[in-house]
Amino acid sequence: MSYGTEILLVEDNASDAEMTIDALKQNNLANKLLHVKDGAAALDFIFAEGQYAGRPMENTLKVILLDLKMPKISGIQVLERIRTDERTKTIPVVVLTSSKEDPDIRKCYDLGVNSYVVKPVEFDEFQKAISDLGLYWMIVNQQPK
Amino acid sequence: MKNEPRILLLVEDNEGDAELTIEALKNNDIRSEIKVIKNGEEALQFLKLEGDYAHETLPDLILLDINLPKIDGKEVLHFVKNDEVLKKIPVVILTTSSLQKDIAYSYNNHANCYIVKPGNLKDFTTAINSIERFWIQCVTYPKNN
Repeated sequence: MSYGTEILLVEDNASDAEMTIDALKQNNLANKLLHVKDGAAALDFIFAEGQYAGRPMENTLKVILLDLKMPKISGIQVLERIRTDERTKTIPVVVLTSSKEDPDIRKCYDLGVNSYVVKPVEFDEFQKAISDLGLYWMIVNQQPK
Repeated sequence: MKNEPRILLLVEDNEGDAELTIEALKNNDIRSEIKVIKNGEEALQFLKLEGDYAHETLPDLILLDINLPKIDGKEVLHFVKNDEVLKKIPVVILTTSSLQKDIAYSYNNHANCYIVKPGNLKDFTTAINSIERFWIQCVTYPKNN
């Protein structure tokens, strides 16, 4: 599913991806979700390149949930590319990572991430955080058209 | 919760809205200290730690109205996001304006999100609760702004 995608989940860890999608599904927020497993695939989708060449570039994304530590291209590189391109610089990006390292946190805010969320380790807290995050970015926040 | 912002700066000229916001936040039992500033000029003084605000500490999160007396919220946002120290502080735009030009301006100037204040009390409280659950309970902030 790539047409009309509202949430792009960029996550290489299969179990984290599954838990995230489950928590969003419980709130009926996962209908227009696309999951990609590395930074390269994320950039291909966002910029309609590679396997997504020909995808209409009009932006339907309400939020990109972006892991940092990923194979090929890191989340920070993905964020940098999104923020330096006129076509994509205003898309909301929420970093969702296990990294609590302050240099990562600072770097992301410096690059203009919309928010930085450390994945809670405990299952119930993880579910709650994703559910709150999903409702916030999909329902409460107004994104630019 | 583990990483609540220590200081939350609310820039809001409408006393009723400010009171409702504080009340809704406090009902969630947050530990953050809430500072209220009623116009853009004082907000800039606060953020520059000038005048009466020389001994203040910079906030970890800013809730910013757009239509403010003296200097408007857009100018405050522009200042924050173009300052090397301040730009890491997340700015939540909280306004009655649903104009696309205001939404576009805010995202183009790196607002972290944009919330249109609902007109009725129940929805207003729901929106503030949602801000609280996401920005106070989920998000991780850089240390030592």
